[in-house]
Amino acid sequence: MNMFNIAVIGDRDSILCFRAVGVSVFPTTDDEQAKKIFQKLTRDDYAVIFVTEQLAAGLDEQIQKVAFQPLPSVVLIPNSKGSLGFGMGRIREIVKKAVGADILADEEEG
Amino acid sequence: MRLAVNATRMQLLRLRKRLAIVRRGHKLLKDKQDAMMRQFMELVKSVKGMRARVEDQLQAAFQSFLLARSTMPDQLVEEAICMPGMRLSLKVGQRQIMNVRVPVLKPIVEGSIRCYGFVGTSGDLDISLRFLGGVLEQSLKLAEAEKTMQLLADDIEKTRRRVNALEYTLIPDLIETIRYITMKLSEMERSNLSRLMRIKNIIRAEE
Repeated sequence: MNMFNIAVIGDRDSILCFRAVGVSVFPTTDDEQAKKIFQKLTRDDYAVIFVTEQLAAGLDEQIQKVAFQPLPSVVLIPNSKGSLGFGMGRIREIVKKAVGADILADEEEG
Repeated sequence: MRLAVNATRMQLLRLRKRLAIVRRGHKLLKDKQDAMMRQFMELVKSVKGMRARVEDQLQAAFQSFLLARSTMPDQLVEEAICMPGMRLSLKVGQRQIMNVRVPVLKPIVEGSIRCYGFVGTSGDLDISLRFLGGVLEQSLKLAEAEKTMQLLADDIEKTRRRVNALEYTLIPDLIETIRYITMKLSEMERSNLSRLMRIKNIIRAEE
């Protein structure tokens, strides 16, 4: 068993606090820069990468690429301004893929 | 579509054997799919709850950190935080669900959260950071569960394709080919029989 690290990518104000609890912090608000950081992190030994939902939209392609590898696990988190609902949306996407129908949508409406 | 094989008794026997094996495989795969689906749905339920909880708590943690920051000068906050006394790393293990390998994350904490002096930092900062630590632990559980869900979903899709390929392509093809060969063989038998009868008649007439 190897040791792996945890990283956070997001805007500075939201994620600065993670530094105090021993997580690597990569502050950025720029999509291009975020892409570079993300790619570097997936090559290094990071097991979990937290990405704020604000940046996740621009990183979609990269995130999909690692989605079906065992590691790393990419988790979308809200930033300090609030949740955009991408995280939940992603769960729904996965369910749709597995079941072949959007069963969660009915649940929420009904 | 009929398979491209010769209409011989030999092929017929082989195809029959193959059909039996394919049917058995199909049943097994279908069972696997059902079992995976059941586990998946359970997982989805828990992940949904977990995510909602983590999102709420992260929000709260951010809020409290912002509040704590606002009570002291920016530079002091940076100083307090920039040399973390706590290091969080992960041990990654493996576990199998229905033959799908999924990672198991085990957080390992070194040092303590509060690494700065008492002077200049507010008590709120301590509280907010401790809270964040708790949230982070939950987030890591969420990371593990979401990854598991994703890998399982991928495998369910693959299995479903296999089941469908067997059920809607291979099995009907085999059945059709078997029927075709049976027909062809009995037709040949009949034609052979009538030929024999005709020849017999000709021979009898000549005598």
